[in-house]
Amino acid sequence: MSAAWLPVLPVVAPLLAAPLWLVVRRPQVAWWGSMAVGAVAFAAAAALLVTVLRNGPVDYAFGGWPPPIGIAYRIDLLGAFVLVLVSGVSWVVSWAGGRGVEREVDEPRRALFFSAYLLCLAGLSGMVLTGDLFNLFVFLEISSLSTYVLVAAGRDRRALPASFRYLIMGTVGATFVLIGIGLLYAGTGTLNMADLAARLPEAFDRRAVHTGIVFLIVGIAIKAALFPLHHWLPDAYARAPGVVSAFLAATATKVAIYVFIRVVFFVFGAQATLEALAVQHTLTALAAAAVVFGSWAALRQDDTKRLLAYSSVAQIGYIVLGLMLADVAGLQAGLTHLFNHALMKGALFLALVAVVYHGGGQRLSDLAGLGARMPLTAAVIVIGGLSLIGVPLTAGFVGKWLLVEAAAAKGAWWLIAVVVVGSVFALGYVGRMLEALYFRAPAAQGGAGIAEAPLGLLVPALVLAAANLYFGIDTRLSAGLAGRVAAALGGAG
Amino acid sequence: MNGVAHAWLIVALMMSGLYIVMASAHLFKKLIGLSVFQVSVFMLYISLGVVEGAAPPIVEPGVDAYSNPLPHVLILTAIVVGIATMALALALLVRIRRAYGTLDEAALAAKDEDA
Amino acid sequence: MSVEYGLTLTLLAFMLLAAWALARSDDLLAAVMLAGIISLASAAVFTVMDAVDVAFTEAAVGAGVATLLSVRALGVLGERRAAGRARVGLPFLVVLVCGGLLLYGTADLPAYGDPAAPAMQHVAPHYLARGGVETGVPNIVTAVLASYRGFDTFGELVVIFTAGLGVLTLLAGSGVSGARSEVDAGDRDIIVRQVVKWLVPFVLLFALYVQFHGDYGPGGGFQAGVIFAAGMVLYALTFGLPRLERVLPPSRLRLLAATGVWLYGGVGVACLLRGGAFLDYAVLAEDAVDGQHLGILLVELGVGLTVFSVMVLIYRAFTRQRHGGVE
Repeated sequence: MSAAWLPVLPVVAPLLAAPLWLVVRRPQVAWWGSMAVGAVAFAAAAALLVTVLRNGPVDYAFGGWPPPIGIAYRIDLLGAFVLVLVSGVSWVVSWAGGRGVEREVDEPRRALFFSAYLLCLAGLSGMVLTGDLFNLFVFLEISSLSTYVLVAAGRDRRALPASFRYLIMGTVGATFVLIGIGLLYAGTGTLNMADLAARLPEAFDRRAVHTGIVFLIVGIAIKAALFPLHHWLPDAYARAPGVVSAFLAATATKVAIYVFIRVVFFVFGAQATLEALAVQHTLTALAAAAVVFGSWAALRQDDTKRLLAYSSVAQIGYIVLGLMLADVAGLQAGLTHLFNHALMKGALFLALVAVVYHGGGQRLSDLAGLGARMPLTAAVIVIGGLSLIGVPLTAGFVGKWLLVEAAAAKGAWWLIAVVVVGSVFALGYVGRMLEALYFRAPAAQGGAGIAEAPLGLLVPALVLAAANLYFGIDTRLSAGLAGRVAAALGGAG
Repeated sequence: MNGVAHAWLIVALMMSGLYIVMASAHLFKKLIGLSVFQVSVFMLYISLGVVEGAAPPIVEPGVDAYSNPLPHVLILTAIVVGIATMALALALLVRIRRAYGTLDEAALAAKDEDA
Repeated sequence: MSVEYGLTLTLLAFMLLAAWALARSDDLLAAVMLAGIISLASAAVFTVMDAVDVAFTEAAVGAGVATLLSVRALGVLGERRAAGRARVGLPFLVVLVCGGLLLYGTADLPAYGDPAAPAMQHVAPHYLARGGVETGVPNIVTAVLASYRGFDTFGELVVIFTAGLGVLTLLAGSGVSGARSEVDAGDRDIIVRQVVKWLVPFVLLFALYVQFHGDYGPGGGFQAGVIFAAGMVLYALTFGLPRLERVLPPSRLRLLAATGVWLYGGVGVACLLRGGAFLDYAVLAEDAVDGQHLGILLVELGVGLTVFSVMVLIYRAFTRQRHGGVE
């Protein structure tokens, strides 16, 4: 296999493997096969990152047609960085798939479940790698449609309306993206991102271009669940099978934010977009509101998965706050938090899969007494929770600290206040989980069969929890790489 | 004299679709609204590719003006995406109706509060 | 104002009227029909705008398949009216803002039909001037779809595959497999049966024509797949689903659906193996244009296979559902 395969492998391998489980309908085979494909995709992503670090961006022209005539991938440091994150976390989460579906997905759906998982991975990877706006739309829809299937694949009937609502909102978002792409094409005559970036300055006085940019950004914001367009997220995450919640929380919104960075900073040009169209002020205000509202709402939840989902709304706020500082330090903070948040939510949602495995529920009260009965699962929740608060020596601290530093350098003291408020709320909602785990007596009735979860669930959860500790200390791969990406973006903006 | 009046009408149609999506209380009707919303976006794209007095983009000797093929290609793809979304949504509705006995948004929410 | 532009405006005004009626109607079947009418009118608009491939597809898919599936689903759902109270305030506000923004954004678009518009420069002229020579396909829409932007079309094929997979996943285990009179018997009218018996082969023949003539005229794998599926659905409606399932058991349809994706992706991988980029058909033969011809033929076949089998699978999944009822 030569290096020429590398750019297409993370997308084409899962795309070609996914139809297998429609023909070979054996859940175990589908699970092992999907893990193998996930490993291939992750290895290819890692090799791509190494290549980009050594030799600079990789260009790939599909069909041999040079862009803008054909569709091209352009893989820079940012793309390779996010691809490694997405394929890595989704691979680790897929280890839990075998045990995870046992409790939460009915037998006739299990094999197909893994097909949808692979399709979603391929869609997200394609969105990361592509250098073509319309190709972005196509892969956005691959990931979206498979996500609706994954969310509704479980046994909880409440997942069905949640998935439908997500489908309606997601399709409106995708159609906004489509409108944006059309108007940008009307103004410039091209669909290739790099080509568009080169042609935009002379077209920037066209109204179609302004409107196109706004529609594209709103469409992406729906996919990223940026407040107040987050309504689809809490129910979708809370009602989906646990493995799906872990997968989506770690990858889907991250990719949407990545696309936002890509188009705003590389294509539209940060200066022109952020200032001329008042995007910066609007998004900063919405992101701050997301932090406060999301954290406050998380505090009021009784359902642990909903609690984590609202916390995600808040974390998306932190990331966007960093990005909207629009300098190198702010971008570094945003990207670092994007990386670390994937690890936190991956670990926490997988821990909840372990909790429900032996018949536990997903209410806060169902965690009561589990600190003693499921010590390892509880440890994962502790580590993930501390990381979510931003306690030093956890990954969550690094991003928040960088954000505070970046804000201080700009004299944005109110932003630091927002971070503090959000963290105090986080202390509250994480505290409620820990209190239940360790200081509350288990409910008298039932719960007798509750014991530590099987290794198939524990190992991936522990791996992600360990990553939260590792990246709290060694920040070369997270903050270090994010800093290099940010420096490159700063130069481009 | 041609102008942009077609764009006004297309935008009006687009917004009718979006309004039906957001305003309807019935999930099935939201879906119908969505397809109206999408079909008007398709027309916006195709209208971008029109060239006065040109032929469809099938190369023939003696013809030198064609309409722009690129929007056609993009919208062919978008039509397929649209029907794919619709099929999936209908399957979801079948499951929702069976699990809840209703497709009315308020009634759905009420049923889960009881549970 | 040209005649064509006037016709476009008239059709659009008519569609707006239909949308208004749709918004006001509580009757769900009427809503489906109105949406079908809007779709059919849009196909007319596409024809006036010289987008023949799009018109063909919208008529087959938007007006045909979407309406068929919606009516099937309505039957299964057992819902007739949308009686709930509509929200007005927020939707109205959102529509006002979005609509205003779009009117602003489209106000300085080049006039309808302007050959000097930015969208007509840059990339599009290359396709029109070189497409026929570089790919050997005179229908430039097919050339762009299957070759220049062949990777998008692979993605599109995966989208339709995902929908099929999703419908099967969601409706797994909830269908009826036993005898059910209206599904099994089909239409008992002898005349209908005779007509359909004669008609179906012609429909299938037409589908094959559309499949292989897409290089020269409107059509291609997607349209052919839909028409082929329509022929099968017609057969099932008349002679009953079991007769169709004997010819095409679901397991075979699933295999065909997967095979279409593998054929398309396999052509891409074959190009990689021969030292080209993914989907670089030029490396498939000695002569680049011959390679393009071969590549386009194969990927269009892949599209046709998957679209056909997914459409039939979806139709079957809805038809096999119990009607109405609550778990």
